Amino acid sequence: MKHLLSISDLDRSEIEDLLDLADQFGEVLGRDIPKVPTLRGVTVATLFFEASTRTRLSFERAAKALSADVMTFAPGTSSVTKGESLKDTALTVRAMGADLLVVRHEATGAAARVASWVDCPVINAGDGAHQHPTQALLDCLTIRRRFGKLENLRIGIVGDIRNSRVARSNIDAFTALGAVVTLIAPPTLLPLDLSEFPVTVSHSLDDVLPELDVVYLLRIQLERGSGPVFPSLHEYVERYGIDRRRLEALPPEGVVMHPGPMNRGVEISPDVADHPRSLILDQVTNGVATRMAVLFRLLSAESQEVRQ
Amino acid sequence: MTSIAIRNGLVLTSDGLVETDLLVSDGRVEALGGTFDGDETIDAFGAWVGPGFVDLHVHFREPGQEWKEDIASGSRAAAAGGHTAVVTMPNTDPVIDAGHRARYITDRGRQVGLCEVVPAGAITMGRSGETLSHLDEMWSAGVRIFTDDGSSVEDAGLLRLAMEYVAERGGVIAQHAEDRGLSRGGHMHEGSVSSRLGMRGSPSVAEEVVVARDIALARLTGVRYHVQHVSSAGTVPLLRQARSEALKVTAEVTPHHLVFDHAQVLSMDPAFKMYPPLRTSADIDALRVALVEGLIDAVATVHAPHSALETEVPFEEAPRGVIGLETAAAAVNTAVGMQAGDFFARMSANPARIGGFESQGQPVAEGCPANLVIFDPGTIWTPTAFASKAQNSPFLGMELRGRVIATIFEGRMTYQSQVTAQQS
Repeated sequence: MKHLLSISDLDRSEIEDLLDLADQFGEVLGRDIPKVPTLRGVTVATLFFEASTRTRLSFERAAKALSADVMTFAPGTSSVTKGESLKDTALTVRAMGADLLVVRHEATGAAARVASWVDCPVINAGDGAHQHPTQALLDCLTIRRRFGKLENLRIGIVGDIRNSRVARSNIDAFTALGAVVTLIAPPTLLPLDLSEFPVTVSHSLDDVLPELDVVYLLRIQLERGSGPVFPSLHEYVERYGIDRRRLEALPPEGVVMHPGPMNRGVEISPDVADHPRSLILDQVTNGVATRMAVLFRLLSAESQEVRQ
Repeated sequence: MTSIAIRNGLVLTSDGLVETDLLVSDGRVEALGGTFDGDETIDAFGAWVGPGFVDLHVHFREPGQEWKEDIASGSRAAAAGGHTAVVTMPNTDPVIDAGHRARYITDRGRQVGLCEVVPAGAITMGRSGETLSHLDEMWSAGVRIFTDDGSSVEDAGLLRLAMEYVAERGGVIAQHAEDRGLSRGGHMHEGSVSSRLGMRGSPSVAEEVVVARDIALARLTGVRYHVQHVSSAGTVPLLRQARSEALKVTAEVTPHHLVFDHAQVLSMDPAFKMYPPLRTSADIDALRVALVEGLIDAVATVHAPHSALETEVPFEEAPRGVIGLETAAAAVNTAVGMQAGDFFARMSANPARIGGFESQGQPVAEGCPANLVIFDPGTIWTPTAFASKAQNSPFLGMELRGRVIATIFEGRMTYQSQVTAQQS
């Protein structure tokens, strides 16, 4: 593994290896001093061309827990506002000594383009509506910790799938690990052509809820679409929002997940967000261990040696 | 003026391919048959000798964007591709929407002297889609094709006015058929690949609805109407219907739409960002058949140069369009493989007729204007660099069959491939 750009670049055993490693790092994070010297002297740069709170912080926390140094780049305060190109920004940060670049960008394939320009590992922390692979991995970890496995679990992804990189990478990861995925959304929030997706589709959340182990909610991303794609927010909440009544329609073991940031009162009601059957904060916690695992794998190309 | 003897070629005459020698002198084909000595001699063994290619759709970026291309570099690229005439699009800065602006292009083309350069004129002032441009002035300056290329004329009433006005002269209304409400700035074909990539797509129907509407208007006004760069299989039945009614409807297709499909975008290489976008393999098949059948009359490259600076960005941020003049004939020959007669009809005779080029596209005959290309359909080669200022080509590094050996414009050699030049 040279970069982490898309879940589709990984096979099942590579995903499971990263989850196993994340479990070990999760144990590290539970210690009194939650830090290991593994990546001492290594510099991780986060290049977030698009707004983010949790993902950037999570990467920085992960890097620091591995004793790596962190360089942070934010376009609002940087030369990007002077017109510096993505390519020059990446090359500049690399020339300053960054050993790995974490890239978030609004354009599909941006991280892959950066990977073609620099001679160090690149992690895609979100590119347009395409992929967000570390989110998919941390979600798999969260589900695996709760259910022991993903094989044959029934997972429903609800909401703005058309504009969601989380949906695309999670569909890849969930199905790679043997889960059965149903997409639940109004037609205008589904990808226009589903022929390349190994999923089933429903337009009725109430019909499928009793058969789901995991309800995975997506944020309604009005900023990414090109205009309103459903008649009203109210109508969406009525048909696709998770409230207490719908939570109780799930099987007894069923859980609710959300990649954040949540629109409380839209896709999820406040009481469900804070309910014990919501794994939303577990996802955040597991995100750090997952990113430690990915950083470790990419930065120790000779990782076998480091392990020993 | 120097004379040129072309030996051993397969010459496209009005009686089909004839293996014969010919002599070019004083800007004309002076003699056919027999053995000639010229000031220069080209061995055209195994190659076709026919009318120079005519491209109805190129962007030479002058005036206004000369860092991408200019009329001199574009003309060199045209000559290297075997072309002796091109129609430049009006989306320059300023837009070609008045007579003096059109005249600037033809004058510059004549100064450069490598091929005939005639602009298409904008249908509306500034290509804004609001008021008619100076159609008469441009007609007087030699413009025969009018288009707001790059943006469809959305207002059907305004388009109808333009059609009525131009029909009286015998001019052509050409349309970049794209409904912007449907395409919504899509970066690629809307389909399975765009759905996987999460990229905004432009659906085939965005083209089809505009072509359908425009054909209805062409029926009403009797204008000569030309569909630019057909990309969708769904447009072909519309062309067939128009043909069956004997409407004056013509169409062009690009070489890249005959070769590549939307899966190429998975590479995220902006060299596959086309406008209209690359569509599916079913579209490719339908377009190839339509070209062979003649429902699509002409090949046009939509030669769209962009500088390397502009393409070293993520796919969605890259400008649309690729260059194509220097690979057009080879790409068409590789993808479709037509007989010489059909090949020259699509590459030269039909576009010459549509564009009103009187000295182009004719079968080779004694006394005809010496606008010729020597094209060897059997040579295999791989393009590695271009005469164009731009290098944004999807054909870079791809093995192609068929190569231009030499181009002759008004009796002068405007291009000779290095391999041939070394031999002679």
